[in-house]
Amino acid sequence: MPVMGPVAVDEPTIFERSRPGRRASEMPTADVDDVDVAALLDGVELADEMPALPEIAELDLVRHFTRMSQRNHGIDVGFYPLGSCSMKYNPRQAERIAALPAFRQAHPWAPDAAVQGTLAALWELERWLVELTGLHAASLQPAAGAQGELVGLLLIRAYHEHRGDDRDVIIVPDSAHGTNPASATTAGFRTVTVPSGPGGLVDADALADLVDDHTAGLMLTNPNTLGLFELDIARMAQIVHDVGGLLYYDGANFNAIAGRVRPGDMGFDVVHLNVHKTFATPHGGGGPGAGPVVASEALAPFLPAPVIVADDGPVPSYRFDHDRPHSIGRVHGFHGNTGVLVRALSYLQRHGGDGLASMSAKAVLNANYLAARTTDTLPLAYPQHPPMHEFVLRGSAVREHGLKVLDVCKRLIDLGFHPPTNYFPLIVDEALMIEPTETETPETLDAFAAALAQAVDEAERDPDLLRDAPTTTPVRRLDEAKAARELVLRWSPLA
Amino acid sequence: MLEVLGHEHLDDLFAHIPESLRPTAPLDLPPGRSEDEVVGTLSRLAARNRTDLICFAGGGAYDHYVPAVVDAVLQRGELLTSYTPYQPEVSQGILQVLFEFQTMICELSGLPVANASLYDGGSAVAEAAAMACAITRRSRLVVSQATDAPTRQILATYSHPHGRSIDGLAVDTTTGMTTITDAVDDDVAAVVVSQPNGFGVIEDIRAHAEAAHAAGALLIVKLEPTAVGLLATPGSQGADIVVGDGQALGQGLQFGGPTVGFLACATDHARRIPGRVVGETVDITGQRGYVMTLRTREQDIRRERATSNICTNQTLCAVAATVYMSWLGPQGLRELAVGSLRRTHATAEHLAKVDGLELAFTGPYLKEFAVRLPSADVHAVVGGVCDDGYLIGPVVDDPTGDGHLVMVAATERRTTADITGLVAALERQLADQR
Repeated sequence: MPVMGPVAVDEPTIFERSRPGRRASEMPTADVDDVDVAALLDGVELADEMPALPEIAELDLVRHFTRMSQRNHGIDVGFYPLGSCSMKYNPRQAERIAALPAFRQAHPWAPDAAVQGTLAALWELERWLVELTGLHAASLQPAAGAQGELVGLLLIRAYHEHRGDDRDVIIVPDSAHGTNPASATTAGFRTVTVPSGPGGLVDADALADLVDDHTAGLMLTNPNTLGLFELDIARMAQIVHDVGGLLYYDGANFNAIAGRVRPGDMGFDVVHLNVHKTFATPHGGGGPGAGPVVASEALAPFLPAPVIVADDGPVPSYRFDHDRPHSIGRVHGFHGNTGVLVRALSYLQRHGGDGLASMSAKAVLNANYLAARTTDTLPLAYPQHPPMHEFVLRGSAVREHGLKVLDVCKRLIDLGFHPPTNYFPLIVDEALMIEPTETETPETLDAFAAALAQAVDEAERDPDLLRDAPTTTPVRRLDEAKAARELVLRWSPLA
Repeated sequence: MLEVLGHEHLDDLFAHIPESLRPTAPLDLPPGRSEDEVVGTLSRLAARNRTDLICFAGGGAYDHYVPAVVDAVLQRGELLTSYTPYQPEVSQGILQVLFEFQTMICELSGLPVANASLYDGGSAVAEAAAMACAITRRSRLVVSQATDAPTRQILATYSHPHGRSIDGLAVDTTTGMTTITDAVDDDVAAVVVSQPNGFGVIEDIRAHAEAAHAAGALLIVKLEPTAVGLLATPGSQGADIVVGDGQALGQGLQFGGPTVGFLACATDHARRIPGRVVGETVDITGQRGYVMTLRTREQDIRRERATSNICTNQTLCAVAATVYMSWLGPQGLRELAVGSLRRTHATAEHLAKVDGLELAFTGPYLKEFAVRLPSADVHAVVGGVCDDGYLIGPVVDDPTGDGHLVMVAATERRTTADITGLVAALERQLADQR
């Protein structure tokens, strides 16, 4: 049900709803002796007033956050074709699994014997990921894809260091996700960029010219961010391996090939997977995700410690192995985003190997279908190769009407659709990067194609309609320059 | 659909991928199953976890009650199934809640600027250290040995590739407090302490801030956020960057994840902050709204020169924390802290009477403390107590350099009966070990 009253009504912050003395919480009655706080904490600097958290009754609290949700788009609300994000349906069975009290109440420092269920689930998930990637061993600690990238690169660093080989360069394509070069910096490497060729694939000849004995590794997404499969991947792997470098697979686009083609078979040495993309765990407004890393046998000794090991027995038992002398060390304070990982396991069990192969095929089918339905409206940026799970349109044509592709996106909102990823990859002028995913119906794809055609048509006939869009949302276009210039980053009573 | 594309079979969509890259044999994976079967299988697997344990374990994960309203809000599909708010007009809900989260983190930390979340407390310390190195253009870190071991290990993992050296600040083995150095070298970027520290002991933040500042270094404090229901905020005591883990703020245990990291700092350092930051602005009609701001720091724009590589963070956990803190309110926060303090001190009083067991430190503590057991095999005692239905831990290194200590924590949920039961279980185990 829509929010009553005008859509554009300003929703007060929870602080503005606060009234002295109201509260939602109540604490259990204590049956232990009362204490003299001042005496117990003698000499400690105590708070002279409490942090100004809101004071609000439970009903008003529920209403506030419910109204917040009503001002937000999600997959449950409608189509969400963000390229490279795999915004597919998040099956609710995963919520039931994660909510099982036995999983939820497990303490991270409980003795291994008390958490055999959780350890067994995590161990089984690792086996799935090892088989799906064609690699050797996994770590479930990384909390998101970017932390997975960092771990993968630290494995590459540790591998070279262990061999006494001083290498400081990571090569990334000009079409790479921004996290790739940022992770390379975080892992202490220099980034060198390899250009894409005219067809949108990485220029393997240029790569051959770039590699040398400083090359620690190459980071690659395959299919790449244009949605194109890197056909020369075997040759590129050879080029990098020949100079002693390693290959890193950015799993953001794994949804295109899961169950069909494996990074290990393509020559990659280490991968991260985004379980919130390929394995449909909820994106949660920007996390929590999880970014498990799977590595080759040569890199496995360097994986974050501890690792889970299985001991044979009538009933197999599982334990953490902390004795990992070559490990790069910890990256998570506990064991990673376990609640997210068990959701991913439930997705894998539900689909099975065959189901995953059919999932990726449908994702590619939907993308090809939608590409065929939209290329009369805007051209494919790189039509030389067939798209996989996503495709990129070039929106520069709207410029002749004094518009940007951002204006098309905002008009799409008024037509009932969340816009695709825009202005990425950076190598495409006015890019629209569209990933429909396998869970959408042809009717939805047809409707989106029609809306895009309408918006582009209106760009010529009525450009102000796009320039003023959106008009149907709780707020209109926002002044981002003011936000960055004046920096109001918290609510204040006097603001 | 295949017809539209001129294909006969789904496999045709992959025909351009070289045959040599395909697996030579079918993948060794089980077939798919129904929802009913999967829920059944995983429920049986989960049942291998002990669910009857009474929790006195701590080490950064505390058994605080999570009210039903937290779950109710998190299951709203519009929040659960949304992503990073790249299109602010259709993401005002997430953006406003993150703005409220930032405000509450500012309140708990005592600093004016906070980000929209990091992965967890440990990586937040590592991000803060990188930030301090960038601000001071120095590359040495001094870290209290009383900081929990996982956090020190994460900091080492993140620091190693940059050649940042990490020196330890010693622990006073009587009080359990970090020794205040009178001489921080003038090439140190930051001093890192935690509040309370990894042994549960309350640190003198003001003194550490003075020592750090005298050398031109920043003070980073890893804060257990419920502590400020009693203690002065680290920001008010001179901390420059306050980070921490929001596990205690409505996340539940969940085997330690997902949880939420937070980071707050002075306004001067806002442009060095890692990760997403939400700011208030107005739309073209002048109406208030929210956007992700300071975007030019971030990886998708700044690439190799970004302040951090973080992209997806822990937004839904930040939503949970915001709901929980709203549920608590200032009075609830106070009662939570005092309620945990009472039960923890009652537990300590009873445990101190157990033959041979001693409290490891004399320093003041809130909801967690360390004990020294009269046993060589501490893990066996902890395992035995667990068999008897009580969870204590983690086992940590004794700063005297000899043996181990065990952490014990009590939240507002523990009762006198729980405490009596724990004492009996420990007595039994220690007797068995003799």
